[in-house]
Amino acid sequence: MTGTAADTENPHLPIDALRPPRPGRWITAAVAGLVLVWLAYTIIVNENLHWDVIAAYLMDGRVLGGLWVTIQLTVLSMVIGLALGVLAAVMQLSGSPVLRGASGLYTWFFRGTPLLVQLIFWFNIGLVFPTFGIGLPFDGPKLIEWQANELITPFTAALLGLAINEGAYMAEIVRAGIRSVDPGQREAAEALGMSHRQVLRRVVLPQAMRVIIPPTGNQFISMLKTTSMVSVIAGAELLTVSQRIYLGNFEVIALLIVASIWYIVLTTIASVGQHFIEKRFERGHHALQVRVRRNLRPFSRGNV
Amino acid sequence: MAEPMVSIRSVRKRFGSVEVLKGISLDVPVGGVVCVVGPSGSGKSTLLRCVNRLETIDSGRIRVDGDLIGYAEQGDRLHHLSPAGLCRQRQGIGMVFQRFHLFPHRTALENVMEGPVVVKGVSKRDARSRALQLLERVGLADRADHYPAQLSGGQQQRVAIARSLAMDPKLMLFDEPTSALDPELVQEVLAVMRDLAASGMTMMVVTHEMNFAREVGDSLVFIDGGVIVEQGHPRDVLANPRHERFRTFLGQVL
Repeated sequence: MTGTAADTENPHLPIDALRPPRPGRWITAAVAGLVLVWLAYTIIVNENLHWDVIAAYLMDGRVLGGLWVTIQLTVLSMVIGLALGVLAAVMQLSGSPVLRGASGLYTWFFRGTPLLVQLIFWFNIGLVFPTFGIGLPFDGPKLIEWQANELITPFTAALLGLAINEGAYMAEIVRAGIRSVDPGQREAAEALGMSHRQVLRRVVLPQAMRVIIPPTGNQFISMLKTTSMVSVIAGAELLTVSQRIYLGNFEVIALLIVASIWYIVLTTIASVGQHFIEKRFERGHHALQVRVRRNLRPFSRGNV
Repeated sequence: MAEPMVSIRSVRKRFGSVEVLKGISLDVPVGGVVCVVGPSGSGKSTLLRCVNRLETIDSGRIRVDGDLIGYAEQGDRLHHLSPAGLCRQRQGIGMVFQRFHLFPHRTALENVMEGPVVVKGVSKRDARSRALQLLERVGLADRADHYPAQLSGGQQQRVAIARSLAMDPKLMLFDEPTSALDPELVQEVLAVMRDLAASGMTMMVVTHEMNFAREVGDSLVFIDGGVIVEQGHPRDVLANPRHERFRTFLGQVL
């Protein structure tokens, strides 16, 4: 109790405490730093990595063309996949057993078979359905008809495969998002006299977005790289064009590095975008957010 | 006697094997304030939720302002009301929840504007000026741009009341509106409700606030085990509870 008198006399009691020494942290940091420097050294001085070739092909017209196809494939298949996912999730949560069953069948099938198989299947769909048409079902008269071979280019096959596959995964993400919304929100909206559609559009989906966005961002980033699978059907995206070039000049590693650099650039930009979109949908959760952040930083200076 | 605003006749409701409402009949006159009390699990909240069809009923009739809730009468047959018809009925009935259920992604002002703009198609400008008036009325004009997470429980509940009032309801349902609040915040919500009652609003209030029931209620209904055990003028029944169960209940809450 000796300190109490002094404490009450002085209104300013700064905490200027010394931290305990942490030799373990210093040693591991030094080792990790050394390993990194050594790795960088071996890569830079390695004569088998042709940095001049890499530099030359980084801005090559064919590579940039492939890059553009990769971006198109990613954005389009994510947009279509998200739409399919919302549709499937809403069907899954509907009262109709037929709609629930159809949605369940969709996710079950497309999550249960490999994407690679699906891509090859869509590319060869003409073997099963030689023609596509708009008209009456069950062999009725057709209004317009196309040959599958004309309709299914590597790009459309890739888009079909990626989007439909993505939709099956997005359905689960959207469903989890919708279920995360407090049922009381739905009731409050219904009590105002909103229709089912209004409840979904104005109240449930905007709140579900907070839960849907982070995994969707991950899906998008993953999709940027998944598009490389399209190379099996010669989709003309980044990896395919890189392969075409190295089959001609045998600079296999150099062109794989060129492709990898572009993939990393794309995923980095996407990560930054994801961060800002998440911010946007956190509206109204600032007060909560501060609390969560604080709890997520056990090693920050304030708490140690 | 004039037609009551709410007329509940022989309403029964079961959840699985448990019958929570065992034949309830109750009238709320126009401009009247009926307070419904009872132990938890007595069915009082369920009864309230049946009035705006958040729950369906198994038998009986509920009418609000003469309209049969949830069904259309054609000849001597009942037809389920279409979703659109149900939305129309609910527009006239405001509901305030125990846990507020404000829309967290919208500000206080946007919460109050939401119903008129989305459901009634009121222009944003008109809805905004009306919403500001209502926030003023519940004493929160200076909090219009705050999100629910930035408001105290009592403030959130007052916004929720304003949100319901924005639809110009003829009846307000209150489902334990102060039960989720810290004790010091209860009075600010009750004050708003007292004002509302004084302005002539017809109200059904499920509550544990016996003082509120005594001062504001025109009638007090005690429900236990799915039936109305005792009802009458709040001052009388609170001063002279006739049934043993009601006396025990009052001993626990007062």
